[in-house]
Amino acid sequence: MTLDVFLQHITNGISLGSLYALIAIGYTMVYGILRLINFAHGDIFMMATYFAFYGVVIFSLPWYFVFVFAIILTGILGIIVEKTAYKTLRDAPKISILISAIGASYLLENLAVVIFGGRPKAFPTPDLFNKVVQVGNISVQRLTFIIPVVTVALLFMLLYLINKTKSGMAMRAVSKDHETARLMGVDVDKTISFTFFIGSMLAAVGGIMWALKFPQIQPLMGVIPGLKCFIAAVIGGIGNVTGAVVGGFILGIGEIMLVALLPSLTGYRDAFAFILLIVILIFKPTGIMGEKISEKV
Amino acid sequence: MKKRNLILTIISIIVLAIFIFYADSNFDAYQVRILNLCAIYTILGLSMNLINGFTGLFSLGHAGFMAVGAYTTALLTMSLAAKEQNFFMQPLVAPLNSIVWPFLPSLLAGGLMAAFVAYLIGAPALRLKGDYLAIATLGFGEIIRVIFTNTQNITNGALGLKGIPSSTNLWWSFGIAIVTIIVLLSLINSSYGRAFKAIREDEIAAESMGINLFKHKSISFMIGAFFAGVGGGLLGSLLGTIDPLMFRFLLTFNILLIIVLGGMSSVTGTIISAFVITIAQEVLRFLDEPMNFGFAVVQITGLRMVIFSALLMVVVLFYRNGLMGSREFSWDKLIKLFKRNPLVKGGTK
Repeated sequence: MTLDVFLQHITNGISLGSLYALIAIGYTMVYGILRLINFAHGDIFMMATYFAFYGVVIFSLPWYFVFVFAIILTGILGIIVEKTAYKTLRDAPKISILISAIGASYLLENLAVVIFGGRPKAFPTPDLFNKVVQVGNISVQRLTFIIPVVTVALLFMLLYLINKTKSGMAMRAVSKDHETARLMGVDVDKTISFTFFIGSMLAAVGGIMWALKFPQIQPLMGVIPGLKCFIAAVIGGIGNVTGAVVGGFILGIGEIMLVALLPSLTGYRDAFAFILLIVILIFKPTGIMGEKISEKV
Repeated sequence: MKKRNLILTIISIIVLAIFIFYADSNFDAYQVRILNLCAIYTILGLSMNLINGFTGLFSLGHAGFMAVGAYTTALLTMSLAAKEQNFFMQPLVAPLNSIVWPFLPSLLAGGLMAAFVAYLIGAPALRLKGDYLAIATLGFGEIIRVIFTNTQNITNGALGLKGIPSSTNLWWSFGIAIVTIIVLLSLINSSYGRAFKAIREDEIAAESMGINLFKHKSISFMIGAFFAGVGGGLLGSLLGTIDPLMFRFLLTFNILLIIVLGGMSSVTGTIISAFVITIAQEVLRFLDEPMNFGFAVVQITGLRMVIFSALLMVVVLFYRNGLMGSREFSWDKLIKLFKRNPLVKGGTK
């Protein structure tokens, strides 16, 4: 493999990894605050692409306007899912909440099949993202540069939000202990809704960029990325936002490199993430950047 | 008392046998097929309930075990000619391409194979807890499916297997369902069963009472997988054709729906809801077809699945314990229901 080809694969890996990272942040935030795998997150990601698709194709609005609108709409969808599927079960056993999450995920998928139709749709890509740039001997789509930049920018904004603002402090407090946070005057329900809002908006950004990169959308498109991004969050250390981004990059680059270096294993690409997950869970269950949680008796 | 219950149980099994005998000769093919599916889903539901409901291990890899069972059974029972026809891309590997087994040993082999896979998966995965276990077993289920899609010379890859001899009939499916019920009930009421329940309630307390966590979890996982494999084999033989896409997470979800609706730790509940859900899925088929509202004909494809996912949500949100919770059917309770003066044991009331 020449250096150019190698660099080409690395850029592809980084841009795929950035997409994984954006979605993984949503998982990690929700898990940090509710200790819940939000199975519906992948489907929220799917919904975002459909919102953007219909905005551009049916209402033929300019794309920048549509994207912002779709992102906010997806955030609201996240809040709706939280209010209906998770809020009533806050004190229920964990297994009930997890089943409710799976149910919400299936409900969204089936609703998407009914409302949007099961046939794949071609996502319109504005020319701005499509142009191919030549760097030395590597030709890269402009989008491939834009994706990591957007991801890193959003990561810094999110870190600022979590560590420096009042609502971020509330989020951190709720993730430590609901009851104590409530005693300290934090509105727990509002904070949880806010977390879902932010997480879903990030998933929407990821979803729209995903659809720009792989311009074919269908109702089940969120399932596999959803699972993989949860794995990315676990690899990085669940509950840790920076960890989720690191995990996303590891997964994205690893996947592209597996296919590039061992072409005979291409068919096993989707199994790679799961194998990585199991290896991580056995050797370092808290992930790369996760805090150690001791078991209380 | 015990003798009476035993006699009642035997009588009801005989009544069931008469019903099967009647159904076998008088029902049409469609109804027989639904009844077969009911029995198979009972087996699958019970096997998943043993792992998830009674032992409290949240495992989502059931479709993978079913796939292992279904493929093993299919490959062992298929005639040599059918194998020749299926494997035109790459020939089938050595021992499998020259053997044809009868149905029962093949089913058992399918179950044992699934249990063996469960043993291999359990060794790393059962060290995990809660959500992590769920996602790891889900991952293993997917890995099994990906492997089956790629091993062209064993499973015929994405093309799947066609022309599996249809040995499943009402006698097989209901017979195995009854065997499953008897085995599981005796297991649950044995010391192993009590250990499973102790692990479900509190792992740390169970461990400090001297229960070997890993051993008991493995046993539960493997027995569950065994019956899932047998159920998968029956299903493959009933449908006559299998392919890896059949064993997606959706299948696990269907079985999860059955055990949640029936009650997470109730054998009776699982049996009832396996029948209710399988029949309801057929009855609600009209939802996917064009509906005439008088003023317009509407066809909404996929509405049936929306209803089903909504149903699961409603059950989880409002009836968290399902139909039966952890209660079981017993003759004593049934008879008490019909007696005029119910007497509490000891007869004080």
